[in-house]
Amino acid sequence: MKFSPWSQDAALTLLATLRDENGPVLMALQLMQEEFGYVDQACVALIANYFNKSRAEVHGVLTFYHDLRTTPPTSHQISICAAEACQAVGARNLEREIKAKFNDEVQSAYCFGNCALGPAVMVDGKLIGRATVEKIEKALQ
Amino acid sequence: MRVFVPGDSAAISVGADEVATAIAQLDSTVEIIRNGSRGALWLETLVEVQTPSGRIAFGPVTPADVQSLFDADFLNGGAHPLSLGKTEEIEWLSSQERVTFARVGIIDPLSLEDYRAHGGLIGLRKALKLSHEVIINEVTESGLRGRGGAGFPAGIKWRTVAQSFGEQKYICCNADEGDSGTFADRMLIEGDPFTLIEGMTIAGIAVGATKGIVYIRSEYPYAIATLRKAIEIARTSDWLGSRVLGTTHAFDIEVRVGAGSYVCGEETAMLESIEGKRGVVRAKPPLPAVEGLFGQPTVINNVLTLSTVPMIMAEGATAYKSRGVGRSLGTQIFQLAGNIARGGIVERSFGISLNELVNTYGGGTLSGRPFRAVQIGGPLGAYFSSAQIETAMDYESLIAAGGMLGHGGVVVFDDTVDLAQQAKFAMEFCAIESCGKCTPCRIGSTRGAETIDLIIKGVRVDENKKLLLDLCEVMTDGSLCAMGGLTPLPVKSAMINFPTDFDGVRK
Ligand SMILES: Cc1cc2nc3c(=O)[nH]c(=O)nc-3n(C[C@H](O)[C@H](O)[C@H](O)COP(=O)(O)O)c2cc1C
Ligand code: SF4
Ligand code: FES
Repeated sequence: MKFSPWSQDAALTLLATLRDENGPVLMALQLMQEEFGYVDQACVALIANYFNKSRAEVHGVLTFYHDLRTTPPTSHQISICAAEACQAVGARNLEREIKAKFNDEVQSAYCFGNCALGPAVMVDGKLIGRATVEKIEKALQ
Repeated sequence: MRVFVPGDSAAISVGADEVATAIAQLDSTVEIIRNGSRGALWLETLVEVQTPSGRIAFGPVTPADVQSLFDADFLNGGAHPLSLGKTEEIEWLSSQERVTFARVGIIDPLSLEDYRAHGGLIGLRKALKLSHEVIINEVTESGLRGRGGAGFPAGIKWRTVAQSFGEQKYICCNADEGDSGTFADRMLIEGDPFTLIEGMTIAGIAVGATKGIVYIRSEYPYAIATLRKAIEIARTSDWLGSRVLGTTHAFDIEVRVGAGSYVCGEETAMLESIEGKRGVVRAKPPLPAVEGLFGQPTVINNVLTLSTVPMIMAEGATAYKSRGVGRSLGTQIFQLAGNIARGGIVERSFGISLNELVNTYGGGTLSGRPFRAVQIGGPLGAYFSSAQIETAMDYESLIAAGGMLGHGGVVVFDDTVDLAQQAKFAMEFCAIESCGKCTPCRIGSTRGAETIDLIIKGVRVDENKKLLLDLCEVMTDGSLCAMGGLTPLPVKSAMINFPTDFDGVRK
């Protein structure tokens, strides 16, 4: 997936779209990640100042949610469902295989709502059911 | 010529987009409707053709099958090995009682015209002519209980909000659907989003709320996109906005996306998250119905709870409560998942047996190996063995059997499952997802996983089992919410129902 390079000016323009939101901190962090692929360390102070919150509060939100990341992602994003229904059809083995196979980082997720057609894997936002190494390879091309 | 190729993300995950493209390439004149899924997920991609005598189904279709479908003249219902006959006569579907899911898979999810033609908006129009009192009485009378897990009567919650004073009341729809083995909220939103919007609008009118929020998990990008489009369509018609269907009622809906946190499905953690904060569970009281989102009276209901309301309003409480057993009235949307041959959505009256779900509908395991365990109700639900296969699937029977219904997920495992590993996972999951407020949940879960690991390795097994049971007791008694409070349920049920997996002997 393609992300913009980090830029404070671009970030401020985006934050302006949330000016009238009630409780904007999480949305602001999500917006940063959507645009830049991660939440740059500079965002904490930026968001705190912009919405008149303490840095501690913004940092607290940033560190609570599993989705939010503070380092740029690898070029492809692979998440494998590690929850029970997918475990029942071999997700644990598949996770080991794909972690050994692909250079991109592989994240664990807990359920994509595809539990009748597991193992479920998400590659760059595209859901793959009955996932195999071959299907993931194809999706990465 | 109309052809239906599901746009549901489960169907897409096994190639529905490619199937649709292949059909369009071979005949550009067919009109392809991306309907929701019928719920028979093992038949995806389930392609349907509209013929004068009804819809004819073919499945499971892969892109490679498309040419042969054309060769067999499938557009006119021609014979083909993948032909399933008339969709409405497929027994797996025809034996169900589709109430909440009545339209899912049948209509074009984003066509208001289809929605109206299939009974949409009748409930809301009726509600607009009634007083708050009468609407709430109808919902209470129907016996509808919360489908998110706790099973609290919806009408009673609504009444509390209606009677509370607040400048800006809210309807919050919980679409966090974090339980493994559940996907009904997702499929409803992807397949019939207007039903949820209608249910929320009725709730708003009933309690005097003008704002609705749907909190939906980030793991559901397809559902998020569909819901946003549906809301936009409802806004540009005369539905959402300052004059709902031309009346003086105002109602609008906003979508908030989660950020990968299971505990944010707990209602007060969800409120914190919508407020943009850490998803830490709030102590009750105050109840969210009295002081909820931004301190205002708030209805919090699951997607399925709200989506059942339009039908209750349209057909009346009596029709709804004529189904079900005891205090579990109406239908439940069961979700068959995991190692199961025929997984998907089974909507039936409460009281159906686990056996019928797993074997009659599910067709046993996908692997073909013997069925060994089933987890009901998500990661906080109990593991049952084949000895309990005749358990009736309703709120009370499941509690009596030592489990819970939760959101209706049924996850099947074959005989390769190791229940000690599953118990360990339950503890690990709690450690990962704990909001951190209570020590037994935050720390106990990590200790629990370590202790189970020792049991698995055969270290002082009896002593560690006793320790584990003590720990479970502390977690049950000392946790503020069901995250820490119910994690012992999968652990203890695994120990009780599968004792040989905890004897410390390596298999
Ligand atoms: C850890 C935890 C996670 C939960 N996750 C969900 C969820 O994903 N969806 C949901 O509707 N309810 C979930 N609940 C239940 C909610 O707290 C709440 O009872 C429900 O949303 C109320 O709606 P209902 O009455 O319509 O079921 C969860 C509860 C706990 C303790
Ligand atoms: S039980 Fe766990 S998740 Fe629930 S409030 Fe306590 S620490 Fe948070
Ligand atoms: S458990 Fe893997 S998608 Fe639901």
